[in-house]
Amino acid sequence: MLCDACKKENATVYLTQIVEGKMQKVNLCEACASEKGVDDPTGFALADLLLGLGSQEQVKKTSVEPTCDLCGFTQTDFKKTGRLGCSSCYSIFGEGLDSLLKAMHKGTRHVGKVPESYAETKNIQDQLENLQEELSSAVTNEQYEEAARLRDEIKNLETRLSEPQGGH
Amino acid sequence: MMKFSTLMRKPADWMQGAGPHSDIVVSSRIRLARNVRQIPFPGWATKDVRNGVLEQLKPEMEGLPEMKDGFSSELEKLSSIEKQVLVERHLISREHAAKSGGSAAVINRKQTISIMINEEDHVRMQAIRPGLQLNATYELIDNVDSELEEQVGYAFDGRLGYLTACPTNLGTGLRASAMLHLPALVLSEQINQVIQAVHKIGFAVRGLYGEGTEALANLFQVSNQTTLGDKEVEIIARLEKIVQQIIQHEHNARVKLLEESRTMLNDQIGRAFAVLRYSHIISSKEALNLISLIRLGCDLNYYPEEFRAVVDLLLMEIQPAHLQIEAKKKLSPEERDVLRAEMTRRKLKMLPEPDNVDNSAASGPASDQLNHPDDE
Repeated sequence: MLCDACKKENATVYLTQIVEGKMQKVNLCEACASEKGVDDPTGFALADLLLGLGSQEQVKKTSVEPTCDLCGFTQTDFKKTGRLGCSSCYSIFGEGLDSLLKAMHKGTRHVGKVPESYAETKNIQDQLENLQEELSSAVTNEQYEEAARLRDEIKNLETRLSEPQGGH
Repeated sequence: MMKFSTLMRKPADWMQGAGPHSDIVVSSRIRLARNVRQIPFPGWATKDVRNGVLEQLKPEMEGLPEMKDGFSSELEKLSSIEKQVLVERHLISREHAAKSGGSAAVINRKQTISIMINEEDHVRMQAIRPGLQLNATYELIDNVDSELEEQVGYAFDGRLGYLTACPTNLGTGLRASAMLHLPALVLSEQINQVIQAVHKIGFAVRGLYGEGTEALANLFQVSNQTTLGDKEVEIIARLEKIVQQIIQHEHNARVKLLEESRTMLNDQIGRAFAVLRYSHIISSKEALNLISLIRLGCDLNYYPEEFRAVVDLLLMEIQPAHLQIEAKKKLSPEERDVLRAEMTRRKLKMLPEPDNVDNSAASGPASDQLNHPDDE
């Protein structure tokens, strides 16, 4: 039996997976199997899916491989393992993930629990945004007393934001 | 802190407890995946980084009020048999048991809450309770999570939610699952239809020990597959509804077996009893599948219902690691099969013969223990 991937070598690795209740079989030669990371069966389905989705996107992009500044994880690592390197990776590889997430989940936006410290920060950030707008309109309308009050309030919130809260 | 021997001696709450629908739902389990922000996930982190996470997190977890007087250990300080015991009790995952350096398990005294440090994510915490009580189980672990978030800077994103090593866990990081005992659906060959129907609506059905494991003892785990785009309570409510429907199907299948295939049922339960009661060599697979039939017998009045607790404990006690701890030494598979048969023979002595008890007259427990037939 020939390898399903390269169609040249004899297949020696036979992989059977149950996907959504249906049995799927893939026969691979040793070289193709290790290239696709079949040694890790949990990572494989994902990696396979990614190879399909990711390959077109990569052609469009430049040849420089995206790499996470924080942990050094690359797009290739992701394709190989189906996992990311650290939480910052999501901001690096996030864009390419959207189509994957759509196929994988009910939505692409989190609507569940939010850590309290995040909620506080978010709340202050939202308030700050509003105050900045009010400030600029106060300045345009030459309401300087009001502007001074707003400026103090903004300063106040900014110091609260820079304080460490909940966590190290 | 609790010693391993104490943990071993005390069965976990879910193993013997009764909860709503205990006849069909063995346990309800909720796990949450969390990570520390800005630090590489365990699978990509160096050993030093993993150890750093462990040193930061372990004392925080041990200090939680829920974990008071609980069990806590780095995995490299446990023997492979001890780790396997924790897997058999569903307190840690098989993946976690395979880890050593930089990983740890923190478990509360009642063994209802367990926290894995440096599994696939920095933190995997779960709560497990007997019967169908998904909401109460979620509450338990949600409290632990809220306490921890004050100590640990979680990796969280406004759009993607809790950030996890694998994108399949993004968002809530929540996996809700129920362990179901479905012997009648298996006997009546309807189980595949049920599994496919559940798959179709985006839920997973797995075997006894999760992904890629066999459905031993007619036990099936049903769990959500998507974690992003729904609230925690919505995911749990949907699972609850599915489980309720499966319970109904299993009930119907049981009634139908009693009405239409009584002889086959008598035969299956009788054979299970005979083998468990008189065999001297039994593999864990065979034992689990036969004990499942005895459990069904308890539900259908072949045996007094109170024996279900004995049977449930036995399901755990005959597993390889539990057997070896009991024997206080490492055993070859052949030795285990002999010891296992010895145990099932001994424990089932308390059970009356199913043959002599019909559906209408199932009352006296163990009364005919004295006159069981030794031979034909």
